[in-house]
Amino acid sequence: MNLIIKPPETFRGDFSMRNSDEAILRFPFPFPEDNYMYAVNMEPHVRGGPTAAYDAVFDLDEHYLGDMQDRALVLNDDPLRCQVLPHMADAEWDTLELLMENLAQDYPHLFSLTKNGDEWRWVNRPMNIDDTFNFGRADTLPYPPFEYITRQVQGDFTIQDQRDDNLFMDGGMVTSQADWSLNFDLGMAFHEWHGPVPVAHEIGVFDRALKYLLRLQYGKPVRRLNWTLTVNPRLDTSPENYPLWGPDKATVTPENVGTKMCLRVELQTLTRLPRSNAILFGIRGYLIRLEELVRVKKWGARLHRVIRDLHPEIAEYKGMPRYRQMIVDYLAPFDDGAVLNSGTAPEQSSL
Amino acid sequence: MIARIANILALSTSIKRIALVAADGAALPTAAAGAHVLLHIPGPRRVWKNAYSLVSAPDERSKYEIIVRRVENSRGGSAWLHDHAAIGQDIEISLPANLFPIARTAQKHLLLSAGIGITPFLAYLPVLQAGAENFEWHHCCKQADAPAFAALLPSGRDITLHTSRNTLDLEKLLGRQKLNTHLYVCGPAEFMDVAVATAQKLGWPAAKIHKESFGGATGGAPFTVKLAKSNIMVEVGPEESLLEALEAAGLNPPCLCRGGACGECELPVLEGVPEHHDHFLSAQKRAANSAIMTCVSRAKTILVLDF
Repeated sequence: MNLIIKPPETFRGDFSMRNSDEAILRFPFPFPEDNYMYAVNMEPHVRGGPTAAYDAVFDLDEHYLGDMQDRALVLNDDPLRCQVLPHMADAEWDTLELLMENLAQDYPHLFSLTKNGDEWRWVNRPMNIDDTFNFGRADTLPYPPFEYITRQVQGDFTIQDQRDDNLFMDGGMVTSQADWSLNFDLGMAFHEWHGPVPVAHEIGVFDRALKYLLRLQYGKPVRRLNWTLTVNPRLDTSPENYPLWGPDKATVTPENVGTKMCLRVELQTLTRLPRSNAILFGIRGYLIRLEELVRVKKWGARLHRVIRDLHPEIAEYKGMPRYRQMIVDYLAPFDDGAVLNSGTAPEQSSL
Repeated sequence: MIARIANILALSTSIKRIALVAADGAALPTAAAGAHVLLHIPGPRRVWKNAYSLVSAPDERSKYEIIVRRVENSRGGSAWLHDHAAIGQDIEISLPANLFPIARTAQKHLLLSAGIGITPFLAYLPVLQAGAENFEWHHCCKQADAPAFAALLPSGRDITLHTSRNTLDLEKLLGRQKLNTHLYVCGPAEFMDVAVATAQKLGWPAAKIHKESFGGATGGAPFTVKLAKSNIMVEVGPEESLLEALEAAGLNPPCLCRGGACGECELPVLEGVPEHHDHFLSAQKRAANSAIMTCVSRAKTILVLDF
């Protein structure tokens, strides 16, 4: 894949992060229809989809170095953003193997993995990493294996242990979350960590999703999209740091809403891990400012309709009430009311 | 994926060890202790899909090894592997799946196997030993099979081979285990039933009892569906799902998860009685027999679908 990585931009402070035209066109827009409701919207995670964000097993983009720099800053301030319970040691190595093998295969110009028995050499060119270690021996790596590799891959990751017909969040690297806490959720069962989500429990979404995931098969990963809105392209919107980002909500005005307000989409992947039988949950986040998003005609019009007609409880849960009307007003001129095709593809090849 | 038979070793007159490599010479996907693969075994009229536990270590990616016992009155699978399989032959296999994993939170693992049920535990063994896990393994077999199994079982104070029912007192063994011991049983159905019933009688919690089972099959008794809109009849064979049969008939029915959970493949039933296997339909809808999830559910009668 012909990926060109930008010098690191910032996701805090001056928020220098911008999306290039290519990055806009590859954005995984989440709304196939004009209205939105929770559903078990999972599908096989196979290569290829409505945009280029679906081409790799683990998608990297032009923001790679900026993302990884922001992760390092978060971990430096709060090491509890990466935690793995002791019984998940096999899942740590499973994750390292899966990510290294896929990155080396999908981006051979950026990464390489050479194996000589259990002595592995890992080269990450963008981050200037060249390490030789023994697979299975944590003392041969500078960090524990899960932390080591997830410091080098965009997106948050959690590992779910499967036991007692349930999934338990028994590890994770979570530095770019939409207002949830690994430190709080660590060790919780499936329905427990989903406790705060409104409406979905009542319509049985989590019961069905859990049954489906318990039977997730090795070699057949699945994916789904989730979304929310974030003020400024800030990766770390954690409960721990609410004092840093909460006040941003009060800075949105009708004049700056197009620049400040970002649609945040998570391309979530679920992969059965072999040795541990655990599930790796990848939460690959993408941020796009409204003024960038409306350059794709279909997306601007559709987002207008979705936000305008969104169920009030879901709008509340996604933290929208304060600026929902500003967003609708901003997007309205981009919606001529014409019928839109279902599906999420941009339907234009340039901006 | 396509595997090649790399080696066949007779362990006794009725037990063979078979090594499989990737036909293209590549590394095989990492497997797991307790995992199995489905072998697609050619038969005269159809292909059998038989599940075999991997006995090779999970980190072994150059080959998968299975141990196959010739089943009396075999429907075709084990007899073919014993009589027709040859080194160098190609055979289709599934990716490994694990329905019998090691419980990582256990403080002790108690393994009980009988006969060919030894196989998943041969893959457990290197993992338990590498992790210095606390375990105890009792294997039972007929006197005649003892030499073959004795050769497979490493010696050690944690491992005992029983060739008589009198030497294994299940009630005593299960009764003396400490809290947070997990029990794993694999072998003939009767053996597993007795072991599980004994554990239950002694008050073992269900979450600490693990039984090898090859579930997840989409097949069952064949049935016929009539499609009202398309106006065609489709026969659903014993080894395929209704969804697969509709696709094979050139139709493009809705589907997403193919596992009975998402709800996407629901089709209205106009006549007939479905056999529901999904996790989606409400109890009322099931009872009304007014809909079917084509990816996992089957039928007890001829069905007429509004499709």
